This record gives sequence, C-alpha cells and structure tokens, in this order.
Amino acid sequence: MTAIAQYIHDFPLDLVLIQTVNGIVTGMILALIASGLTLIFGIMDVVNFAHGELFMLGAYVGFVIFAATGSFWLALIGSALLIAILGAAIQIVTLRPLIGRDPLNTILVTFGISLILQNYALWQFGPVVRKIPEPITSQFTLFYLQYPWYRIVIAALSAAIIGGFWLFLKYGKFGIWIRATAQDRVMAQAMGIPVPWVYTGVFAIGAAMAAASGVLFAPMAGVNHTMGLDWVLKAFIVVVVGGMGNLGGSIAAAIFISLLEAYATVFVDPSQAVIVSFVVLILTLLFRPTGLFVPTPK
Amino acid sequence: MTATPLDKPMPFGKTGLSHTVVFWTGFAVVMAILIVAPLVLPEFWRRFLTEVLIWGLLAMSSDLLIGYTGMISFGHSAFFGLGMYGAAGALLLVDPPNLWLAILCGLAGAAGAALFVAYFSTRLRDIYFAITTLIFSQIFYVIIFTWTRVTGGENGLIFTRPHLTIPFLYDARFTTTTMHWFVLTVVTASYLILRRVTRSPFGMVLQSIRENEPRTRAIGYPVERYKIVSVMLSGLFAGLAGVLYAVQNQFAAPDFVYFLTSGDTVIYNVIGGIGTLVGPIVGAGFFQLMRELMARLFGDQFPYLIPLGVIFITIIIFLPQGLLGFARRWLNR
Repeated sequence: MTAIAQYIHDFPLDLVLIQTVNGIVTGMILALIASGLTLIFGIMDVVNFAHGELFMLGAYVGFVIFAATGSFWLALIGSALLIAILGAAIQIVTLRPLIGRDPLNTILVTFGISLILQNYALWQFGPVVRKIPEPITSQFTLFYLQYPWYRIVIAALSAAIIGGFWLFLKYGKFGIWIRATAQDRVMAQAMGIPVPWVYTGVFAIGAAMAAASGVLFAPMAGVNHTMGLDWVLKAFIVVVVGGMGNLGGSIAAAIFISLLEAYATVFVDPSQAVIVSFVVLILTLLFRPTGLFVPTPK
Repeated sequence: MTATPLDKPMPFGKTGLSHTVVFWTGFAVVMAILIVAPLVLPEFWRRFLTEVLIWGLLAMSSDLLIGYTGMISFGHSAFFGLGMYGAAGALLLVDPPNLWLAILCGLAGAAGAALFVAYFSTRLRDIYFAITTLIFSQIFYVIIFTWTRVTGGENGLIFTRPHLTIPFLYDARFTTTTMHWFVLTVVTASYLILRRVTRSPFGMVLQSIRENEPRTRAIGYPVERYKIVSVMLSGLFAGLAGVLYAVQNQFAAPDFVYFLTSGDTVIYNVIGGIGTLVGPIVGAGFFQLMRELMARLFGDQFPYLIPLGVIFITIIIFLPQGLLGFARRWLNR
C-alpha cells in the first residue's frame, strides 16, 4: 500500500498537465497537415508523399518573406498562397496525366516530387537550421513554467483554419463541388462540374494548409530540410489510425497520437517517444485496420 | 502497378530464334563481360561495378514485390539494414570472422524483420501497404539509431573483412577482384533463383494476385499466406544484399536503414523496368552512373537527386515499363 501511495505522491501531475497542453498544440498542427493529406486522398485517391515537403517548403518560404518584410502574418499568408500555386502547378504537370491510371503510380510520382523539393531546399538553403522569431512573445505562468501564449495561438489558429475549411466544404460553392466530386466523379462531371480543376483546386488547398502549418510551426523548432519526412510519416500514421479519407477521424487521431507522444516524453527520451505512435499504428492494424475513429463498417 | 508480364516468350526481331536461345546467349555474353570487367577496369570502377551489382540485388528483391505481387514496398531499407547489422554482429562476435556465418546471421536478421513487416502490413493493400512498410522501416531505424550500446548508434559498427573461405579448398584475403567475383556469383545465383521462383506455380499465383486479387481469393488461394511468403522471400534477398554491402565496405551504418535507401530501391525499379528482374539492376547501374557523372561534372555538392527525380517522374508518366521495357519494345519493332 505504501508503495502505491508513494507512487501517487511522486506522480508528476504538473508535468503531465504541461505535456497535455504541449500535446494538444502539436496535435493541432499535425491535424492541420493531416487534414490536407486526408482531403487529397479522399477526393483524388492520391497519397501525397510530397505533403511533408510542401510543409517544409512552406516554412522556408515563410522564412524568406519574414526576412524581407519583417511581418509574421504576411509571411503566413504569402507562404500559403505561393505554395498553393506551386501545388496547383505540380498537380497539373505531374498528377493530371495519371488520372485514370493505377493509384499506385501517384504515390511514386509524389515520392519523386518530394525528392526534388527536399534536395532543392537543401541546395538553396543549406543544412543549417533557420528560425522565424515568435510573433507573440508574451507568456503566462503554468505551474513553474513560463508558457508562451504563442503556442496557444497556434492551436487556436489551426483549429480556426480547419473549422473555416469545414464550413467552406459545407456551404461554399467550390466546397460543394468538391464534395460532389468525392461522392461520384462521373456524375459530377455530367452535371457540368469541371472535375480536373476541382482536383487542381483540392491539391492547391491541401498544399496551402501544409504551408500554413509549416509557418506556424517554424518558430517552435526552426526550419531544416529534413523536417518534411518526419511530419509526413506522422501524418501518414494519423491518417491510417484515423481512417483513410475521414476528416474528423484524422483530427481526432492527430490529437490522440500527439497526446500519447507527449506523455511518453515524460518517461522516456523524446527520440524514443516516436515508438509510441508506431505501437498505436501496429495495434490499429491488428485490431481495427479500417481506423480507430470511424464507425464500424458493416 | 500495371505491368505487362515482360518475360513471356516474345518473338525476337525477324531472326526467328527461339526466346530461350536468345535469353541464354544474352545471359552468357553479359556474364562474360562482368567476369572479365574487374581485370580490365581501374580500381575505382571495379568497386563501383561491385556496388552496382549489390544495389541491383536489393532492387531485384524488391521487384519481386513491386513487379510480381503488385505491392510497392517503401521499407526495403529495413531488410537491407538488418542484413548488414546481422553480418556485422557475426563478424564482431566470432573470432576469427567467418564469411558464411556472417551471411547466415545477416539472413536471419533480415528474415526476422521481414516476418514482422510481412505479418502486419500484408493485412493492407496498395497504398496502405506502401505506407506501412515505410513506417515499419522507420521503426527499425529508430531502434538501431537509439540503441547505442548494441548497434553503435549514429557511428555504426566497423569490423574487418573475413577471409573468402571455401571449406577444405580455398582460404585467402578478399581482393577487389575476388570480391567482385564473389558478389557476381551471389547476385547471379539470386537472379536465377528469383527467375525460377517467378516462373513457378508459386510465382504465377503472385502475378495473379497483382492482376486481380479478389478473383485469386475466389479461386481458393490463401492470398494472405502467399503475400507473407513473397514479402519474406523479398526480405531475404534484400538482407543478402545488405550482407554483401557490409562485407564490401567493412561497416554497418544506420544511414542505410533510413528511408532514403528504400526510396533509391524504388527508383532503381521504376527506372529500369518493373517486373523484369534484370531491369532493376540496369536501373541501379543507370542511377549510380548518373550520380557519379554529375558529381564529376558539377562537384560533390550538386543535388543529383533533382535531375534524377525529374527523370524518375518522366519515366513513370511516359515510359511506365522503364528503360528495359522500352529497349525491348524498340528491339522488337
């Protein structure tokens, strides 16, 4: 009994609470990336391997715009717009010729794109870590820590972007086109919806969301050319655990996995905490391969 | 991947020779060139050719999955790396280092990894399979990278090369020439085995899984079991490539377990031509040659993967059968 009492007494409750906040913040960024990935998969049947690279390039573009103008918010918007244009160009040049071919071709092509983008970033910016300063520097006290407000703002902003996007899908004209295309491509085309352009638009929106999360994340850890792969892997795990092509599921899974990883860092080294998300993935594959956060398929 | 089976008997030009004769003549010519090559080539290119053969073996192993079973693996670095570390372990722990023991241990390591990956990821199809193999290979990377006490962490393991021994017959240090011949023997044997496997009834079932999985299941084949065996087989050959690489370079490093190795493997396959077994070796040769050429022309810092990525994408869009498939069609015209 005393052992248990001692354990409860020693239990790092404050640390766990701090990690809860941390987990939700990274979870929201991850949700923003993963929802772009899910969107592109759900509508175009394309697994966008280059998504992490768009995230990384978005952060770099944000860094360049910030260095030129000094405004973080301008960097956020400008980077999202530029990467959206890049995404549209990529879709038109490489993915459009593959419409109607085996979807496995698209994962190969986007893998090629990710190689090109990653090496371009390495060539252009070198292997040094670039940092964008936080736009909001005030802090509040969380137990013994001075916790930056900026992280809370990131979480709120990500939630706002995802919420706005959801409203757009629900009520916007283009959003309705997107949903119609997702439901039945042939029928949508018959009703006069320009399906190829819907695809381009979807890819551009997904790219913009990745870029925005890249800029939002940049002040937390800095920008380097390898960050894309780490995040796209996490986003893949989230998308599989949340149920492929399911927007709500991936958001829930993103927060769930980030929380678990954050708690794991209380007890083990951060580089080993990644294994937690791998374990979640394996368990999901074993017991519920359709995804944790979707209704049971009949 | 939709690949037309290229190794079906094809009429070869207007010569009227049977396919088998043409195949074995070509095989003999290529073999002769490869056997003589190290005697003619300077030291650097000798090593280069040996490495191309090793990468070719890795690519060929993954072709069994991509080209024949229709599953794209982005996780071959795990098998390759485990083969490497298995061999390293055997060479470091046993004194004097024994080549055959190293091969055995490397294969055991790769088989363990392959069993793990196969058991879980064959539950999923197509894209999901590709993603999960990638994630699983990252698991192995994280473990190897962080378990410094056993694997040497970031520095990897360094060891001395074992002697080339054939019990009671031959025992000598490896030279670059004998190393080349040894690798060539292993790769050729693997090629012949894989060729036999893909033409056996087992290989036919794999191809029918690629063409139409639900129908194969409906006919009554236990598709999951076939998939697991094909992943394991592929993993074993990838592990063999890892052992060869470890013996050739006398080190095992976590970099080779990292995703980039798997990515390169996929590139070799696509460039060379999937579903051909020889294609991936051609692809590996092309890739390494381009890389070397670009490094010589534009300096070491040149991002050679940018032009190679462009070639890769162009080939997927315009030449889905790869260089070898293209060459065959051109020859047959």
